[in-house]
Formats: sequence, C-alpha cells, structure tokens
Amino acid sequence: MKQIRNFSIIAHIDHGKSTLADRLIQHAGLVSDRQFRDQILDNMDIERERGITIKSQTVTLPYTSKSGETFELNLIDTPGHVDFSYEVSRALASCEGVLLLVDASQGVQAQTVANLYAALEHDLTIIPVINKIDLISADVESVKEQIESELGLDSELAVLCSAKEGRGIEDILEAIVERIPPPRENSEKPLSALIFDAHYDSFRGTIVSCRIFDGSVRPGDVIRFMYNGSSYRVEEVGVFRLMRDPRKELRAGDVGYIISGVKTVSDTRVGDTITLESHPAAAPLPGFKEAKPVVFSSIYPMSSDEYQSLVDSLEKYKLNDAALVYQKDSSLALGQGFRCGFLGLLHLEIVQERLEREFDQSIIMTFPSVEYRFTLNDGSALTVDNPQYYPDPLAIKSSTEPYIKATVIMPERYMGAVMKLCLDKRAENPRFNYPSPGRVEVIFDMPLAEVVFDFYDKLKTVTQGYGSFDYDLIDYRESDLVKLDILVNGEKVDALSLIVHKERAREWGVQVCDRLKEEIPRHQFKIAIQGAIGGKIISRSTVTPFRKDVTAKCYGGDISRKRKLLEKQKKGKKRMKMVGAVMIPQSAFVAVLKTDNE
Amino acid sequence: MNSGENPGLYVHVPFCKTKCHYCGFYSSIDLSGIPRWLDALREEALLYRHEFKPFDSLYLGGGTPSVLPERDLATLMECVHDRFTFLPDSEITLEANPDDVTESKVSLLRDLGVNRISIGVQSFDEGELARLGRRHTAKQAEKVLDVVRSSGFDNVGIDLMFGLEGQNQDGWLKTLDRALRFAPDHLSCYQLTIEEGTPFAAESAERRLRVPGEEEQRSLFLATSAFLEERGYTHYEVSNFARGRDRFSRHNCKYWSHVPYLGLGPAAHSFLGGRRWWNVRSVENYCSTISAGGKPVEGFEELDEDQIVLESLMLGFRTRNGVTAELLACAGGAADTLRQLEESGLIEIAGERVCPTPRGFLVADSLPLLFTPCR
Repeated sequence: MKQIRNFSIIAHIDHGKSTLADRLIQHAGLVSDRQFRDQILDNMDIERERGITIKSQTVTLPYTSKSGETFELNLIDTPGHVDFSYEVSRALASCEGVLLLVDASQGVQAQTVANLYAALEHDLTIIPVINKIDLISADVESVKEQIESELGLDSELAVLCSAKEGRGIEDILEAIVERIPPPRENSEKPLSALIFDAHYDSFRGTIVSCRIFDGSVRPGDVIRFMYNGSSYRVEEVGVFRLMRDPRKELRAGDVGYIISGVKTVSDTRVGDTITLESHPAAAPLPGFKEAKPVVFSSIYPMSSDEYQSLVDSLEKYKLNDAALVYQKDSSLALGQGFRCGFLGLLHLEIVQERLEREFDQSIIMTFPSVEYRFTLNDGSALTVDNPQYYPDPLAIKSSTEPYIKATVIMPERYMGAVMKLCLDKRAENPRFNYPSPGRVEVIFDMPLAEVVFDFYDKLKTVTQGYGSFDYDLIDYRESDLVKLDILVNGEKVDALSLIVHKERAREWGVQVCDRLKEEIPRHQFKIAIQGAIGGKIISRSTVTPFRKDVTAKCYGGDISRKRKLLEKQKKGKKRMKMVGAVMIPQSAFVAVLKTDNE
Repeated sequence: MNSGENPGLYVHVPFCKTKCHYCGFYSSIDLSGIPRWLDALREEALLYRHEFKPFDSLYLGGGTPSVLPERDLATLMECVHDRFTFLPDSEITLEANPDDVTESKVSLLRDLGVNRISIGVQSFDEGELARLGRRHTAKQAEKVLDVVRSSGFDNVGIDLMFGLEGQNQDGWLKTLDRALRFAPDHLSCYQLTIEEGTPFAAESAERRLRVPGEEEQRSLFLATSAFLEERGYTHYEVSNFARGRDRFSRHNCKYWSHVPYLGLGPAAHSFLGGRRWWNVRSVENYCSTISAGGKPVEGFEELDEDQIVLESLMLGFRTRNGVTAELLACAGGAADTLRQLEESGLIEIAGERVCPTPRGFLVADSLPLLFTPCR
C-alpha cells in the first residue's frame, strides 16, 4: 500500500517558497541538475521575473524516508498573493499539512499570519520552517521567539533550512512524513473530488487539478461537476511529475488531474466538487465560493483596427483564467473595448502583461475602480464599477463603497508614519497588537478604493519596505462620492474619469493634473489639463509647447535618414492614443494616480 | 513648388582646399585626386545614360565645385552634355567659394552654360568667418559678388549661416543687410548645426563652443523670415528664400517633391520610380569600384506607399507650399489636429493646401507625426 502525504508551502511574499519547492523537486530526482531551471513550478515568464506564483501547480514527489518506507508526497503549490486568497484556501483544503515558511532575517510578516489562520481553519498540521539561515542578517533566535509569540507555535519544532543552498531539505522531508497525517481512506464511498485548480492545454482542453477525498475515478467514468451539473466522460487521470503522468485510477487521498473534454477553464469552478454521474455523492464538499472580481478596469486596443485581435486574444486568455470577467464597453475617447473585473491589482497587472507579451496586444488600461453602490431617489439601487456610468448627482440618495479589514505588521519605529498614512487613506477604528517586542500589528478598516489607488506603494515607502500588508473585504459603508472628470485641451476624456470621495476630490484633481502634465509629451501647441466636478474646474496644469525642432538642411542624402528617424518615432507613438489633437501615452491612463515617490 | 516635371542631375564634387570647422559633408582635401575622380565620373555617367528622361536641371555641389581648375570644369561639363540630354532653359547651378572664384573662371562658367551661381558667403563678419574656419574674408566675398554680377549672371544665390557663437540678432541682421546690397535672387540661411565628427562637435562637447540656445535660435529664425519677407523674398523652404517663384531653386525643389534625380559622384543620392540609392562615400572607394567595372552604389531602398506618404508629409511641411488636403486625408490626418495647429498659428489652410507658417517651419520635424496613423 502506497503512503501519501499532501502538503502545501505557505509564506509571506519573497520568503523563498518557490526556491524551496525547487529544492524538494530536485531532491526527488524528478529533474536532472542539468535540466534544472530556477523556480520550476513558476513556468510563466512573469512568475519567474516577479518571483511570485500566479497559477498554482502541483507535483507528486517520490520519497524514501530514512526508515526505508516509500512515500508519494503531493506538493500543492499555492499562489502567494492576497488577490488569490480563495485559490489558496482551496489548495489548503486539499492538504493535511503545510510548511509555514518564515524568512530568517525578516521574521513573521502579515501574510505569514494570514496564512497561518487559513491553515488553522482547515485544521492542518503546521510545520514551521525557518528559511534563508545562510543570510548574514539571519536571526534565528528572534524568529523562533516570533513563532512562539506571534504564531503560537512550538518553535522547538521549527526546521531550519537554506533553500538557496539546499541545506535542511532532508529534515523537511522527514518532518513531512513524520508529522503530517496520511489522508483518510474512503475509497468505498461515492466519488468526491475537490477542484483546486484548472488550466488549459491547447491539445487536451481543460486539465482539472483535484484532490480525491472519497471514492475513486478512472478513464471511462462519467463524472459530474456538482456546481453546474454538467457531466463529462473521463479520458485520462494521472498525477503531475512536472509532466503529466497518466495512472489507471485516482483513489481517495490522491492528488492529481482529470482530463475529460472540458473545453474551457471557465466551465470549471475552483472549489467545485466532482462526483460520479452514476453514483453521486450526497453533498458537495464544503467551502465553495464563486470568485468575485473586486477591481475593475477597461481595456481598449491602442488603435481601433486592433479591436478584433483584442477580442480573440481575450477569448484565448480567458481559457486559462476563470477569474477574469469581461464585457463590452465603449468610450468616446478610446472607442470599443472591454470592461474587465479582476480579483485584485496584481491580477489586473498580470492580465495586462500577459495580453501584451503572450498575445502581442497593444492595449490601454484605464485606471482601476472598485464597485460602488448607489441608492437613487426613486428607491432603485445601482451598482457602478465604471465612472462613465456614474449616475446623475441630483438623483443620488445615498452611496456606499467597499471596505476592507487591513492588517499591517511593522517594526514599532514606523508606527507614526503608518498611522499618518492610514489617516490620509481614510482608515477607521485602528486596533493595535504588540505580538513581540519592537513590533506592532495594526488592524483597521479602510475603503478598498484606497488600496486600489496607492496605499500599498505608500506603505512600502513609509516603512522602507519593512511593513507588510494583508486585507480582507468586509462590507459596504456609506460614503460621500463624486465623479472627477479630466479635460485635456478642453475635451473631456471619459477614460480618465474617477470616482472619488468628496473630501479627497480636490487633492486627487491636483495630483491627476500634475501627473498628466508629466506623462503627456510636449506638443507643438500648449495643452491645458483640467480636473472638474460637475461643470466646476477644481484643478489645472499646462503642458508647455516645444517651439523648435526643425533641422536646417534636407537635401538628397538627408531624406532617407530623416524618414527613418520619423519611422522610429512613429513606433514610439504606437503607445500613444490620439485624443482630439493630443497624443496621450498609454501609460498615462494608469499612471495618473501613482505616487511620485516611487 | 517650382520643381519642373523633368528629372534633375546632381554631381558631387568631393574636393575642398581645406575643411571648415562645422561641415559634415564628405570631401577630400587631396586635390591630386581630381583627375581620377573625373575619369570615374565619366564612367559612372555611362551607367545611367538611358535610365532618365531629359534633365531640366544640373547642380554641381560639393565639396567645393569652384575648386576645380578651369580645364576640369570644361571636361566635366563636356562629359555631362555628352552623356545626357538637357532641355533648353535648364537650370544649371554651381556652388562657389569666394576664395577660388576669379574673373576668368566666372566667364568660363558662363561660356560652359552655367546660369546660376550659389556663393558660400556664410557671414560678412570677419570674426565669425575665422571662427567657422572659412578661407576667405568678407571683403573677398563682396568682390566675388561684384564679379559675378558684372559678368552677367542674373541668378545669384548667397548662402549664409546664423546661430553662430556670440551672434545676436543685430549682428545677424547686419550680415543679411550686407547680403541684400547685392540684390541676390536667392538666399539660403542655415542655422548652424553641430554635425557629428566635425571640429565643432568636439569643441561643443568640451563646452569650448557656445551657440545660442533654443529660444534665441528660434527668434533669429523668425526675425530672418520677417526681415526677408518684408524685403520681397519668399520664405519658400525652411532655410531658403527667393525673389519670386522663378528664382526658387528648381533643382532643390525636386528633392522636396519626389521628382526623380540622378546623383553622380561619391556619396551622391539618386531617386527614380520609388527607388532611392546612394553611392559609396570615399573618393578612393568610388574610383576603385568603377575602375574594377562595378557600380559604386553602397545601398538602396524601395519606398512603399506608406513611406512615400511619410516623406511627402515630412518634405511638404518644410516648404511654404505645404501639403495637400488629399495627402493628409490619405495619411489619416484628423480635423481636430488641423484646427488646433491653425489656431496655434502654425499652419494656414488655403483651399486644398495646408501650408506651414514660419512658426510652423520651426516645428516641421514633428508635424508629420501628428498625421501618420500608427501602423
């Protein structure tokens, strides 16, 4: 009988999760050292560059313990960012234990705490791992103290390692097989499998990653997705060993994949339960939620004749990203495009980058917005995630915006700066914890819109990178909102409008005008930039014209050279959008609200 | 424009007695290479004798064409007439430097059929001339202008430079005024440009050369335009002024309106039927390629439709004649942009033509980008 252990690695960003995963894979001998690329599980370029995991992947590692027993260790990789916390929770639900990774020099951070709570919710065995012990700044003793005091775990049980140098890997593997319980066996019950991920393969369709809790599944079975009732015939089941490794069946306790002719990733739902059509489970596994977008932005093609190509690219992209939602949208300034919903800002940036890199799209993304709710005088309710559809101010009875519970952990010395930032960002009801000497945890309520704007960047700045941040959506609260319009050269550019809190409108107006002044290149004529609420101008700036660029001579030999220069400049202009007579760079649409001190 | 329908012939005379400090054109100061170059030129001309329609302009440029000894000038003209057909009333221009123009050379040029002389005066200020590395004095230039006029040339051009070190508007207008005493038919006023690889470029990098700033250059440019327009000259191209349409440089206008031209000699450019090609730069390379029986062509390009449109915009916005509304429409020009430029005083819309004003000339290098679609 094979022995199985199912586990995840959870960590604050940059604490070395991917490197540790790489070492475990290397140790299992799944790849030769020659084939080894750093961060094997992060196979998208963006993931490798940013050092984050976007799509979680899974791998089954063979392991022979010191006592000579053989194991299959299923490492379920999890996305390491708050945008994807639901995906993380489904991955955790598929495990019996986790490695909680803590950086030996940075110690416990906000996401470490959030991750610990998530693991405790799922009743998982937690193995604290202190990573990066090779660093000169490593302070294992104080990290151990933090593990005791801030996480409430027995620091004596912490495993020390340096994933980078490959130290302590064996100890970790031993801890996994010794401490994490084996999955319970219920192969006789009806099939009950939890989907924790799905990805698209252009040859095989959707490949569903799942954890089998009860029963078993094999090729030829007809399975049913309990959420929408659709059923499919299973073509192949197997486990991941970097490549897919087909098996005769998956049984209770296994973690693997099912291929069953599901066309797109959107036909599946992370968190849904798979059962057998002929012998269904009585109830789906608990915890299913539909992933809801919280941040919205519009995507337009740089030039209107690229619209169809954008349509095709979004359709293809969507095959692999069930969390992205989009619908048609149009703007006077930017033409036909799409309004898109994202799980968060990181998700938004990922979609943008992948559309540009992998699909070669030249796009403009408008500044992100959250979803506002209005009650109108006639009693009707209205939800607005796009400033273009802001209702007539006279018809608004009340308005609300989404709030989050934010957690910031930082060294005590940054407390003043952080509190000031929080006040600037409309934070309410701060609660303080002092989990260990010299460190403060502040929990407060804050509008989500502030995070969308620039809170996180500012926090990093005021804490010099030592502040960590995590958040959860909590509720909608009353808020006095206005729509800030931006006029460029006297023309309202709808795609630059923003919904902002009334008291902060002026400040935003000034900032946006100043920012645009930096973003819009000098033209041959003067360009006025104005911020307006209703018809009232509240801020302005001017892009001064350049007045001379002509070269004196243009005869035989100069012509080709000059034209080539223009062609080059034209390429640069590709990232500009013509609004009236003004060329606005693509970057201006999102850059307007970035802070200056980056 | 006054480009004529027929092609133009350019001959590059790549020799100078000495090099001026600002000049980035290709030339050799080894005058002993002249005979060999002349032989090569005669061979090169043979290669193209059936490719062009009859020419209606000839331009001897350089370098310094006037540096050629009288015998070589005669040989050159003979060769050109032997190889190619010219229409009657062709414009035949020679660029001359004041220090090597003599009465006998001028009268020979007239006999050889040259009917337009363009004299590189550059400045009437002795200090400025020395700073530029010119070989002549203001006095010499004035004398040459007298000689040229008195020997019956009725189409005389003067080349001047502005934006020189230490030059202010008064000094510049004084130079212009002195030029006008000779009632030139044509004036080229070039803003000093620091060309890569020249002594000025080195001095400028070391901050030993200080030229007026952008705003001063700009006001010098506008002052020039106003000053000469008031005195009956048409500012017909960024750097060129003429007393009436018939005094525009017919040959140069061909460059600005895609009329075919053949360029002979090192570094010369040619254009025919959407194809542009250019010769190798060095005299040595040029001569040896030809004597080995090859074409001295260094490179070529075939212009596609978009490139022709882009060039037409680029060149059109450098001329008073401007561009046609049709061309703008074809390039994807927006009405908003035109209105904005007109309101800003950079262009004038005259019927079917969109013409830059002098202030428009100042931003001519970037105007095309406002009208070209990003493809």
